[in-house]
Amino acid sequence: MIDAVFWFIVLLTLGSAVTVVLHQKLLYSAIALLFTLFGVAALYIFLWADFLAGVQVVIYVGGILVLIIFGIMLTNRISSVNISHTSVQRGIGGLAVLGVLSILGIMILNTPWHQADYVEPTQTTASIGTLLMMDYLLPFEVTSLLLLAALIGAVMLSRRGE
Amino acid sequence: MDSLNTYLFIAAILFSLGLFGVITRRNGVAVLMGIELILNSANLNFLAFAKFGGMNMSGHIFALFVIIMAAAEAAVALAIIINIFKNFHTINVDDVQGLRQ
Repeated sequence: MIDAVFWFIVLLTLGSAVTVVLHQKLLYSAIALLFTLFGVAALYIFLWADFLAGVQVVIYVGGILVLIIFGIMLTNRISSVNISHTSVQRGIGGLAVLGVLSILGIMILNTPWHQADYVEPTQTTASIGTLLMMDYLLPFEVTSLLLLAALIGAVMLSRRGE
Repeated sequence: MDSLNTYLFIAAILFSLGLFGVITRRNGVAVLMGIELILNSANLNFLAFAKFGGMNMSGHIFALFVIIMAAAEAAVALAIIINIFKNFHTINVDDVQGLRQ
């Protein structure tokens, strides 16, 4: 049962990712990206990362996807209902990507990955918070600076020039 | 199903699809969607290694940082794309070659 659910989610994620990169209508690609992001969040739950699954849904689906749809709406004339666009050099691009994928596959199969015994944690949020405040305090603070810089930069860039 | 290689292969396929989107799409927003797919596959790898390497929570922290960086990147990239549209009246990344109009 769990196996079936897992493979269904994998199929949903990869299938909608194919739609994202291949569909001719941009808005359909954005909607397919929604399913991909939800599928990845479900895979996070299979990896026992419940907090990150929540963060994925809130930030990616609630933030980034809405931004992307805004971007689509703002960069096309409102009269053009079919916001379509083409891809270039699909053949060569596909060949190059297949090469990259096969190299990655060979690498994954031939590398002796470090694996250790693992037990299901009762919760992950408390340990993430402890790590953020103890071991990763400096990256945490730098991240807040990065977010501030991105906020000011985005406002400066999209403001109408005087 | 519950093995490290399964997740690594899923992430590798997701990465390849994102790369395909980045190199074949001509619309700037669609290129951005490909980048989001690539970042998601990196996150999937981080969490898979975190689980199968003995439930090491550092992987979760790194995935969190990647998500935060993706949010900042999407905001700035869309501001740039909207500016490009204002100046060139197109967001076809092949047509945008000059730094000024």
